[in-house]
Amino acid sequence: MRTFAFLLILLSLLLSLAAAGPAAADRTLTVFAAASLTEFLEEAETVFERAHPGVTLRLNLAASSRCRIQIDQGAPADIFMSANPNNMTPLVEANLAESPTIFAHNRLVIMTPGNNPANLRTPADLARPSITLVTCAPQTPIGRYTRTVIDNMDRSGDYGPNFGRRVLANVHSEEPTVKGVVAKVHLGEADAGICYASDVTPAVRPDVRVIDIPDAVNVIADYPIAVLRNTRERNLAREFVHFILSREGQQLLARHGFIPARPPSSDDTRVGPNPS
Amino acid sequence: MRLPRPTLLLLLSLPALALIVLPLAGLFARAHLSRFASYVCCPEVASALTLSLTTSVLAALLIVGLGTPLAYWLAFADFRGKRIIDTLVDLPIVLPPAVAGVALLMTFGRVGLVGRHLASAGITIPFTTAAVVLAQSFVSAPFYIRQARVGFQNVPPHLMMASLTLGASRLRTFCKITLPLASHALLAGLVMAWARAVGEFGATLMFAGNLQGVTRTMPLAIYTTLESNPQAAIVLSVSLVAVSFLVIIITKFLLGATDNDKDHTRSIA
Repeated sequence: MRTFAFLLILLSLLLSLAAAGPAAADRTLTVFAAASLTEFLEEAETVFERAHPGVTLRLNLAASSRCRIQIDQGAPADIFMSANPNNMTPLVEANLAESPTIFAHNRLVIMTPGNNPANLRTPADLARPSITLVTCAPQTPIGRYTRTVIDNMDRSGDYGPNFGRRVLANVHSEEPTVKGVVAKVHLGEADAGICYASDVTPAVRPDVRVIDIPDAVNVIADYPIAVLRNTRERNLAREFVHFILSREGQQLLARHGFIPARPPSSDDTRVGPNPS
Repeated sequence: MRLPRPTLLLLLSLPALALIVLPLAGLFARAHLSRFASYVCCPEVASALTLSLTTSVLAALLIVGLGTPLAYWLAFADFRGKRIIDTLVDLPIVLPPAVAGVALLMTFGRVGLVGRHLASAGITIPFTTAAVVLAQSFVSAPFYIRQARVGFQNVPPHLMMASLTLGASRLRTFCKITLPLASHALLAGLVMAWARAVGEFGATLMFAGNLQGVTRTMPLAIYTTLESNPQAAIVLSVSLVAVSFLVIIITKFLLGATDNDKDHTRSIA
């Protein structure tokens, strides 16, 4: 009988806990975002929360493709910031996201460890045999951009015969996120990695070297942001989007190596779900 | 002590059961089991299956070879600081896999404690299949060593004493008495360790990387292909559930589970 009473008490305790629910005082805004935005968003979070007392920003940072699947499967999120329009468009078409706006651009660079063990000087060196190259998996936006860049270089004819095939033969790992690429270069395990310019963060910069990829063969990535339809904080979410597009947000993006989408003087230009 | 009424107990048990069974049901509901074969044959799935099988078997062999003497030592030797060694051996069981990955990188990475010297000898471990085997062995060895140790300790000492007093050598006693009597426990530990090796994810990703045919084992393939080829990921997941299920049944059988336990397994099925 004692056991029974104990179980009853336990059950009622659990029920009362469930009934109480989360505290109502604070508001949270959940942002699903591309992993490449990590450092930028960590700083943006502080700024936004300071301007909005009582508001907590919750960041879910993963490959854009992963975020898209999670949103598609009903993950509770208010805002989605993708590293390419390809992962935004299906959500807009499924009526899960409002009309997106391009808030930043990014370009790709080659990163090597500070001591540059393979002595890489130019992008052409990526095709040298026995280079340990790390890229992102082709399922992710940056992984796809990486292959486009290699393809562009291959087709330009300036980098020697079979450039693309020789570079891809040097790929030793296809990381699920771009942060995995950076970590492996930063730790000195890889001779080179291909990542976003914005991944050369202040924390990483002293320990790595950057080799620029010429604009002619580079990819300029478009980053869209959208408020999600399921949000319970629509106004707050829109305020966050405004903040990202504001001069302050755009300057912050530039400081983190992104190319701001809005020059300080330009007006609001909405971009449809399918930018060219 | 009297149990609460059966119906109430059942009601109280259902949530926990649902917690375990429901996600598996969801997985099977989304799997096109009728087209299972066609997905197993697609190169992504096939190479992950082959790689997982080879690396986990190699890891299991490595664990038996290195772990058996250690388990035997821990079972019978008595010395100061044995507790410390015991704890160290168990550590990888509770260690987060990401920590295991970082630790392996710091040790066997190109600039790591040991890896530095290997690299100057022309041997690099990260990004190779050997790294996968190493990561799997690190995280799963304790499962075997623990079980083997208990198995050795459960061998009745008088049987070993009898063998020794009848003139058999220590090696002969070990091979003819200790090993056969502990064999079920050793096998059960081996199966558990192998299963853990098959499931290894975090340490592999951090230490060995992720490349099809070289380091992309089944768990990594599930993670990587979920976006591009969800059905392949689901097929791989379903096969891993089946493997895990078999592993539990085999270990229960090897360890001579009671009838109650067997009924329990069946009811989950």
